Amino acid sequence: MSGTENGQAADEPPAARVPAVSGTGIPIRGNDIDTDQIIPSRFMKVVTFEGLGQYAFYDQRIEEDPHPLEDDRFRTASIMAVNANFGTGSSREHAPQALMRWGIEGLIGESFAEIFRGNCLALGLPTVTTDSETVTEIQDWIEANPDEDIEIDVEDATVSYGDTTIDVEIDDSQQRALTEGTWDTTAVMKANFERVRDRAQSLPYIEDAEIPEQR
Amino acid sequence: MSDGTLYDHVWDEHLVETLPTGQDQLFVGLHLIHEVTSPQAFGMLRERELEVAFPEQTHATVDHIVPTGDRSRPFQDGAAETMLEELEENVRKAGIRFSGPETGNQGIVHVIGPEQGLTQPGMTIVCGDSHTATHGAFGALAFGIGTSQIRDVLATQSVAMEKQAVRRIEVTGELGEGVTAKDVVLSIIRELGTDGGVGYVYEYGGDVVESMSMHERMTLCNMSIEGGARAGYVNPDKTTYEYLEGREAVTTGDAFEERKAYWDSISSDPDATYDDVVEIDGSAIKPSVTWGITPGQVVGITETIPAPEDLPADKRETAEQAYDHMGVAPGQTMEGYEIDVAFLGSCTNGRLSDLRQAAEVLEGREVHPDVRAMVVPGSQRVKAAAEAAGLDQIFRESGFEWREAGCSMCLGMNEDQLEGDEVSASSSNRNFIGRQGSKDGRTVLMSPQMVTAAAVTGEVTDIRSFEEVKPV
Ligand code: SF4
Repeated sequence: MSGTENGQAADEPPAARVPAVSGTGIPIRGNDIDTDQIIPSRFMKVVTFEGLGQYAFYDQRIEEDPHPLEDDRFRTASIMAVNANFGTGSSREHAPQALMRWGIEGLIGESFAEIFRGNCLALGLPTVTTDSETVTEIQDWIEANPDEDIEIDVEDATVSYGDTTIDVEIDDSQQRALTEGTWDTTAVMKANFERVRDRAQSLPYIEDAEIPEQR
Repeated sequence: MSDGTLYDHVWDEHLVETLPTGQDQLFVGLHLIHEVTSPQAFGMLRERELEVAFPEQTHATVDHIVPTGDRSRPFQDGAAETMLEELEENVRKAGIRFSGPETGNQGIVHVIGPEQGLTQPGMTIVCGDSHTATHGAFGALAFGIGTSQIRDVLATQSVAMEKQAVRRIEVTGELGEGVTAKDVVLSIIRELGTDGGVGYVYEYGGDVVESMSMHERMTLCNMSIEGGARAGYVNPDKTTYEYLEGREAVTTGDAFEERKAYWDSISSDPDATYDDVVEIDGSAIKPSVTWGITPGQVVGITETIPAPEDLPADKRETAEQAYDHMGVAPGQTMEGYEIDVAFLGSCTNGRLSDLRQAAEVLEGREVHPDVRAMVVPGSQRVKAAAEAAGLDQIFRESGFEWREAGCSMCLGMNEDQLEGDEVSASSSNRNFIGRQGSKDGRTVLMSPQMVTAAAVTGEVTDIRSFEEVKPV
């Protein structure tokens, strides 16, 4: 999958296995960038995620000029480089959905808020981390080389840009889920339904009558 | 690795299987849903031709977009109407119980769960909302999830999760005058940072927490997420059981006694092992407010706003942004900072006790002529109980608007929004830029009592000096 033109929605679901993602980069600088900034809540009055890409960083885009998302050099970017505590705040999956639908396929950062990170995984978007200095170097490199590809290799836990390849951190379960294509957990957990029923039966607060038959 | 904590016990009781990714599949005891984060999940179920597996363990309400003024249907706001209709349709088809506006039970999802007794100790509770941590006040393991996980829960009544570390936060001593649970949690976030809890679940304990009411414990656990922790909890005790007894979703008689024994058994063992223990001196906590744009930018009301060089290096840039956005400078105090709006409500501080305490401060006084003040009860039941106690009269007579139950200006998804660069004194939980509906709006978080005092004086006010001033 490649980055999308003009911030148009990339609505097709990503491939099941995500051993690596690559494309040109976009730097979003600043610590503690919260989900209300990534997508303001007034754009969440919708019943599907379609078309959310156009609202990514909506308020920042009119404010700072030019916000990286408005900057022509980064229009087709698919790798986002961010700083610390990115995605802090609410559980809204609208936030990574908006980024994905804008064209983002993977994020490199200093650190991510937990629910945000989980939401990214549920969409097949890798979130890898490295130290603050390295992130800044990558952001600077992207600024200087907006047309060049940067690659997040999930399998090897590395990021490559220009002539440089660095080791990054990725948690084990994310790495496995992405490389094996098991990040969509519904099917995996559905297969254990008998055990789910057993579990329910063993809990004092679940009435037997509330436990469904195997569907 | 923690061992023998409530978190460990509840996790083990709900573990279905360890998945190939290394994550654990956990059975979900209670799934709460609302109109903003669930419709896409129902859509995904339809796409995959899956059904809701355990409709009895799911409960719905409408809170984020619901108007808090005119509630006649269809709503004036077409988008809000569509969202409610979609939810109504989804719950009807799946056979999910719905505390809708006509039931008298509607309200903020984290207020209605506890008040109906749905929230109980030892449960796993999830909701597509980060403040699900609130339910941890009962000794439940409660956390917010994203929409894809809502799909998982609807389809399998399970979530895939990794186990986290447990940090015990021990709040010792005794709270001073004018210091509330809100001030305690703001101080904890200030101390440990907005990302200090990443990777942790917080267990709150110590004398201060043990002597808190359930309402106060909910305020405390509610803002765990603002500290970066996905869940926070308090071990259940007599206070918990007294709150629960007699609520409609709670068993009665001998079964209740048996259940208490079970709840005791899942509490943290006296010799439990924690990954980290932090002690906070409760006696040193001052009535607190935020001065910036993250819930970690907190000062005691008489303390000065820190200079960049007083802050850790990674907090300086956000501080610069905060001075700029809020129009404040290091060395100033927040006392006297002028406000335009006073907002009393939210899942942090929109319960009956919050309104009662605010009304006590307000009685016989008047809202400042330049301030728009509103009370948005956390639920229809809170509203009804407040009206039965005559609190609405106190608010109305003083110049507060008395509105219908919902999230309202906590996140500005309905008609209750800041305009331009208005300043709000807010009892809610987030002061992010743009949070209350205007991208230039400014939010100062504080306790409900302090919101009330600010409404009267028109500026951020120290509750301790305010209370001495006799009402006119
Ligand atoms: S009151 Fe605010 S924080 Fe609580 S659920 Fe509603 S929007 Fe979220």
